[in-house]
Amino acid sequence: MSSETKQILTTDGIPLEVSLKKAERKNKIKAFLLVAPLLLFLIITYVFPIGDMLFRSVDDKMVTQMLPKTFKAMENWDGQELPEEEVFAAFHEDFIKLVEDKREGKLSTQLNYTKNGFKSIIKKLRRKSKSFEEGNYKEQIMSVHKRWADVEYWRAIKRRAPEFTSQKYLKGMDMYVNEEGKIVSVEEDRRIHRVLWLRTLEIAFFVTVFCFLMAYPIAHLLATLPMKYSNLLMICVLLPFWTSLLVRTASWMILLQQQGIVNDFFVGIGLVADDNRPEMMYNKTGSYVAMTQILLPFMVLPLYSVMKTISPSLMRAGKSLGGTPFVAFWKVYFPLTIPGIGAGCLLVFILAIGYYITPALVGGASGTLISNQIAFHMKSTLDWSFASAMGLMLLSGVLVIYWVYNKLVGIDNIKLG
Amino acid sequence: MALKKDFVKFDKVDKSYDGKVLVVKDLQLDIEEGEFVTMLGPSGSGKTTCLMMLAGFETPTNGEIYLDGKAISSIPPHKRGIGMVFQNYALFPHMTVYENLAFPLRVRKIPKDEADKKIDKALSMVSLQGFASRMPGQLSGGQQQRVAVARSLVFDPQLVLMDEPLGALDKNLRESMQYEIKHIHENIGVTVVYVTHDQSEALTMSNRIAVFNDGKVQQLSSPDELYEKPVNSFVAEFIGENNTFVGEVSDISGGKCKVKIANTDILANPISVKGKGEKTKISLRPERALINPSDQMDNIHSGKIEEVIYHGDHTRVRINLLGNNQFILKVPNSSANLDIKLGKDIKIGWNSEDARALDPS
Repeated sequence: MSSETKQILTTDGIPLEVSLKKAERKNKIKAFLLVAPLLLFLIITYVFPIGDMLFRSVDDKMVTQMLPKTFKAMENWDGQELPEEEVFAAFHEDFIKLVEDKREGKLSTQLNYTKNGFKSIIKKLRRKSKSFEEGNYKEQIMSVHKRWADVEYWRAIKRRAPEFTSQKYLKGMDMYVNEEGKIVSVEEDRRIHRVLWLRTLEIAFFVTVFCFLMAYPIAHLLATLPMKYSNLLMICVLLPFWTSLLVRTASWMILLQQQGIVNDFFVGIGLVADDNRPEMMYNKTGSYVAMTQILLPFMVLPLYSVMKTISPSLMRAGKSLGGTPFVAFWKVYFPLTIPGIGAGCLLVFILAIGYYITPALVGGASGTLISNQIAFHMKSTLDWSFASAMGLMLLSGVLVIYWVYNKLVGIDNIKLG
Repeated sequence: MALKKDFVKFDKVDKSYDGKVLVVKDLQLDIEEGEFVTMLGPSGSGKTTCLMMLAGFETPTNGEIYLDGKAISSIPPHKRGIGMVFQNYALFPHMTVYENLAFPLRVRKIPKDEADKKIDKALSMVSLQGFASRMPGQLSGGQQQRVAVARSLVFDPQLVLMDEPLGALDKNLRESMQYEIKHIHENIGVTVVYVTHDQSEALTMSNRIAVFNDGKVQQLSSPDELYEKPVNSFVAEFIGENNTFVGEVSDISGGKCKVKIANTDILANPISVKGKGEKTKISLRPERALINPSDQMDNIHSGKIEEVIYHGDHTRVRINLLGNNQFILKVPNSSANLDIKLGKDIKIGWNSEDARALDPS
């Protein structure tokens, strides 16, 4: 093929390809400069902080840096018997330094994550260590508290030696590395996170289903009603969008509480007895009701935008060809709305799975979700690395759903309007 | 079996959408079995509404529609068994051509091998064999149109409705599709009710044309009669080109009438004028008036050429004649007519029979 190998030259004798690149380079630079401010903004305010936060979930340098000499001395320890004197001496040296910097409290918190019981013995060690004599630190430390003489606790310290750890992720799934270094589940009555994950999935799933069931007829009405009615309906759909999320959640609290409007109404029409009012808040019911209402527009709008594009003559064609109204709907109309259903369900499910304020306010103990747990660790226990680990697990879950959806329906079939 | 005279019958049908305005008024229309009837009219004339009532998507406000002798107002669309071709084809975009055609057969629970035969037949009728597995989006406009026609025929309906099916096609394709649909109709003998606002389409394809205006059928007759013998001035002006003179009847006798226009009397054929003094509008087809006429014609007047437009096979000449400066003549481009020049005075003649004195509106 001579035409392929032959190079095309411009009139100046420069190869055409080179010349083209040169001509387009300026435009490329211009285009990049236009997006550069936003790109920079995104990197500084989005990529960097999130990356840093996610890194915390595996970062375990803190203890490593607090006890450098101890871990060095522990390198040769097999973990079967109590460590030798040199380990105790190194630990004492590290510890004295920490006490000088007033950082021994942090150490106790960190070690307590690994094994309960460190807090009190470290406090005790600090008090006693002031009167320690030179030499034979093993005996002196062991005499502070009997736990210091327990090999289990020294093994727990050794487990914190690596700079990176997966233990936060294991904890998020109610698992941990036991003394033998095996990954096992925690006792059944302490498996709080698995319950939360399952409940989060369950609530997100059912909220999606409820939203779909309610939004489909609304969207259909919106797409088919004459303009003057559909505009009004559209405002009704969008109105909640313009109201603060907190206000809407608070309104649901007023409606759903035991002495609330809904219960009053039920009592009024004799549906329930006055002394037997059902609890509709601070449980799953509350989360379902409030989240469904709040997320409804996210289902209505994609459905509407898809339905708007379906020509009414298609349904007519279906009927004129002999399909009953149901057949025409099911075989013609419904399949054409699938892109909207996909978009709406994906949107609602992903929003619901990470929902925070509403379940926190109306969910009570049995209606809270994983995001409430994440917030709890961010604000109360200050275990940010655990919070970030759970956040990343949630994010991966969403990405998996997205991937599965893409395999099943195809992401390019999605229509958001 | 004899063809039924009133296979489709509109009996005193009224239709109003808002309870204030009648979009269809007292419609009386009989369609013979196997006929190709076109409803022709400007937009808003009620023709599509009539079609929708026949298909069952609108209900008559008053009156009744009969199909094959049965009143159908209370039968839902899917039980009427009427094939329909929609304006924008209305092919199901998520189904292949095959599935589109199989839809009406499947809902009728026709066995698959029989259905396949019917689909093959329908596709070959519109010369689209080999397209069965395509999606509608992969077809050109003309091909989609053929699929829509095939789909409306595949379940052997007795009646097929077509709602401006060629409106979205370009001119050449539209013309070839007109002949194609006409041939399909001739081959299978199905009754077709066709709606269009394009008069040439209507004239080419139909056995009979119903001209709609203002919710009423103005005239129902064969294309040639419609063109040659319009019964009122709306039809005369809507169908084809038309020269008009507005005047007053000064005399009427012996099947002819004298109409006074710009102080000149012209002879005309009294269609809807009864007596002296009536106002009238005379309609004369451009090709019925001749330049430099022979003496047999009973109307000969002279006018001044105002505009000459060359059209290839003929020349359009605009003439100021009897105070009407929009008088159009179509002159064949032959060597005899080379002296037509702008500003020249020429003699123009026509037979009084071709000048139809109609209602003045």
